[in-house]
Amino acid sequence: MPVVTWLKRHLVVIGGLLTLGYLLLPNVVVTVFSFNKPKGRFNYEWQQFSFDAWKDPCGVADMCGSLSLSLQIAFWATVGATVLGTMIAFALVRYRFRARGSVNSLIFLPMAMPEVVMAASLLTLFLNLGAPLGFWTILIAHIMFCLSFVVVAVKARVMSMDPRLEQAAQDLYAGPAQTFLRVTLPIAAPGIAAGALLSFALSFDDFIITNFNAGSTVTFPMFVWGSAQRGTPVQINVIGTAMFLVAVLLVLFSMVLGNRRNRQKA
Amino acid sequence: MNTTDNSGDVRLSGISKTYGAFTAVHPLDLTVPQGSFFALLGASGCGKTTTLRMIAGLEEPSGGTVFLGDQEVTHLPPYKRPVNTVFQSYALFPHLDIFENVAFGLRRRGIKSVKKQVVDMLDLVQLGEQARKKPHQLSGGQQQRVAVARALINTPKVLLLDEPLGALDLKLRRQMQLELKRIQTEVGITFVHVTHDQEEAMTMADTVAVMNAGRVEQLGSPTDLYENPNTTFVANFLGTSNLIEAEVDTKSGDDIVLKAGGGKLVLPEARCSAPTTTGGKVLVGVRPEKISLTHADDAGEIPEGRNRITGKIADSSFIGVSTQYVIDCPVCPEFEVYAQNIDRDARLVPGAEVVLHWNPAHTFGLDAAQDIDAGVDIEEEAA
Repeated sequence: MPVVTWLKRHLVVIGGLLTLGYLLLPNVVVTVFSFNKPKGRFNYEWQQFSFDAWKDPCGVADMCGSLSLSLQIAFWATVGATVLGTMIAFALVRYRFRARGSVNSLIFLPMAMPEVVMAASLLTLFLNLGAPLGFWTILIAHIMFCLSFVVVAVKARVMSMDPRLEQAAQDLYAGPAQTFLRVTLPIAAPGIAAGALLSFALSFDDFIITNFNAGSTVTFPMFVWGSAQRGTPVQINVIGTAMFLVAVLLVLFSMVLGNRRNRQKA
Repeated sequence: MNTTDNSGDVRLSGISKTYGAFTAVHPLDLTVPQGSFFALLGASGCGKTTTLRMIAGLEEPSGGTVFLGDQEVTHLPPYKRPVNTVFQSYALFPHLDIFENVAFGLRRRGIKSVKKQVVDMLDLVQLGEQARKKPHQLSGGQQQRVAVARALINTPKVLLLDEPLGALDLKLRRQMQLELKRIQTEVGITFVHVTHDQEEAMTMADTVAVMNAGRVEQLGSPTDLYENPNTTFVANFLGTSNLIEAEVDTKSGDDIVLKAGGGKLVLPEARCSAPTTTGGKVLVGVRPEKISLTHADDAGEIPEGRNRITGKIADSSFIGVSTQYVIDCPVCPEFEVYAQNIDRDARLVPGAEVVLHWNPAHTFGLDAAQDIDAGVDIEEEAA
């Protein structure tokens, strides 16, 4: 019975590894196929190993343009949503004003509403206003749906903050601006950072809302969708793999940084 | 310390605070002289912290003025007042290390070279080794010392302490009481200390103001408050008092003779804060440790001229330095007596008939028109 005992003892680890495998398998496939050299237009069957796509990532017409556009929109949407969302979160926690309760629940609405409904209603709004569809309409839409996530993340942080910390800062000769910069903001920073990261990820890979409100502008997710109907260039896998690697590197970097800081303190 | 310097005086005149219909602090006049250790003592919700916060500028008074020395600061924001606060539960900045916490006030005032001052201050509170740790890595007592250092380094005119020892265990609290007292004597800064712990107020402060329901009940030195309470609240809140309702019988010289139960009690007129008209009611008070306990069989040995009451021991508890008795007397059902354990009389056990007697000079008199139990149980609720 040693096998059964061994299984029993390591059940949690085995379960964890299987789940991790389940999560990472798609990424593995994307990575492997970025080294493929497909025969036809579709990159669905393994043919032979090649660096071709990696050597020429922008070799597909319009792809890098759409990628750059997506990155720009994600950047500005993150900035906009983070600034506005942080201010809303502070207002909701710190001040008592009329309609505070309803604002508090309305802010969750974009998270709960089906994206396609939001997409369609936004389009209706833009068309009625006569707004030309493109970069700006996409940006406005993205800021809007990222906002709720930032508010939720920052609000949790601000609520758990001891108001006496700001009073202590004021008591120690920090004026309102100094108090905010030196005490409030650094303490709220993890919440703000979490909101910003979420915003970037949500904005970058949004398809439905963007597709409705983009007009003739093409973002990276739209490009992938479009090309999937005509053929999938290997470069798409290259970009996907590169983004996965960047994300992994960022996580590793922050872990190393955190570890070093902890060791210094100890 | 320069005695003519009054820049560290705190003068509150007619200061009050209301929240809607609720009055937290009734118009209050208070002067804390430069260099003194002043305690605001009271149960939670009595307005002591609100008063402190009005001095700090963290609370806008509804009326009245606050002066620091000759400067009116009533409407100055906290960051423009030359006072610093040690907050309840310390409010150390969690994202800054100990060094930066202590340096915070100096840096905000634009002082560039803070290193030496901070190091000296951390040495004063014996935390030099911990400078690069974050607050959460320190114990409660250490955090408390950081909070004191962070405030003191700015050499404020007045240091405000809001229940600074409330979160510490008893032993550490005793230690920090002495430590704070030492620091105060050393730096000579005016300390205003808010606490609900009467023992803490009495050990540390030169002057204590006892607050109750938004008013100062009595102000004075710890000894004065303890020996000559003016109200039942002060008598009961500061230590324990035995209060007996009595009727004024006659006056003889400087003494008042009172009737209580069947017997007579003598009260020095100077120690009675209530009006005394013959036939009027007065509350007679005496502290438990002033009383001697004699077994009823030996009643003849009690010297003349002492106040005496008879009763039966209801309960006794031995607590090392003394034995605490609860005596059931006709005039007062729960009379408390603390007897030193010097020559213990083996007959003094529950059920024994005893005579309680004390020097009339230790008796105080209070106005009978107040709640006899005011301030009795508040302390435990607040703790």
